[in-house]
Amino acid sequence: MEQDWIWGLVGGLIIGSAAALFLLANGRIMGASGLLGGLVDGSGRSNWQERALFIAGLVLAPIPVASLYTEVDTHLTSNLAVVVAAGLLVGIGTRLANGCTSGHGVCGISRFSLRGIVATVFYLIAGGVSVLLFKHLLGVI
Amino acid sequence: MRNLFAFLAGSLFGVGLLVSGMTDTTKVQGWLDIFGDWDPTLAFVLAGAIIPMAIAWRFTEGRRPVVGGVFPNKPNPRLGRNLVIGSTLFGMGWGLAGLCPGPAMASLSYGGLGGLVFLIAMIAGMLAAPPISTWLEETPQPA
Repeated sequence: MEQDWIWGLVGGLIIGSAAALFLLANGRIMGASGLLGGLVDGSGRSNWQERALFIAGLVLAPIPVASLYTEVDTHLTSNLAVVVAAGLLVGIGTRLANGCTSGHGVCGISRFSLRGIVATVFYLIAGGVSVLLFKHLLGVI
Repeated sequence: MRNLFAFLAGSLFGVGLLVSGMTDTTKVQGWLDIFGDWDPTLAFVLAGAIIPMAIAWRFTEGRRPVVGGVFPNKPNPRLGRNLVIGSTLFGMGWGLAGLCPGPAMASLSYGGLGGLVFLIAMIAGMLAAPPISTWLEETPQPA
């Protein structure tokens, strides 16, 4: 669709506002993998309520908004082996790197953090290589 | 107050991810697919998100968070193997399914069984990461 980039920009501004609110109000970096990771492995026990409520909002708030769309679909592949492999890679990778698209990408780049910029360069290149390999060369996605 | 702000920030994040189209895996894979039918949407999302956040970082100078405490320090500039290897593994998985941690959670209500399977696998990966990290640190660096 031609308006996709406008919705991308609007959605991006909302995402950035969420990160700005979390930083200015609570003094915290809005990183999805870190907030969830610290909750599941117990390393974030000291502020588990803040983490759990952030995730509750993240999961629940899209429900009423999604009902405004005629169709909302993630178009995720039905190949569960691919889904499991991808989930494992994302889980291991984001915890090793201590951040994902929100923490390193949005929060890191916006403060000119070298770690954020380097991480973003590596996951963008790896993502491009992954699509090239699994879609165009191997044809599994 | 801290918990209320956390819930509001999470809610805004989830709505932003849905509105931007980033919970649609075809748009994410379309952005990464530079040799196919390339979709530039993700660049607009990232640019849109960085603008308010860059302003917010400027605003933190000489101030304190609303609920008290201090703002996070600038991270250690040391890059290290974990950052590079981790980001590479993350990127491979991101390209493979088109989901990263934020959208995986935001789309839980409409992502179907596949979305739930992804989330469970991702959590399993997160739990497997600390021993892998220890192993990587104990392996001698190549000269």
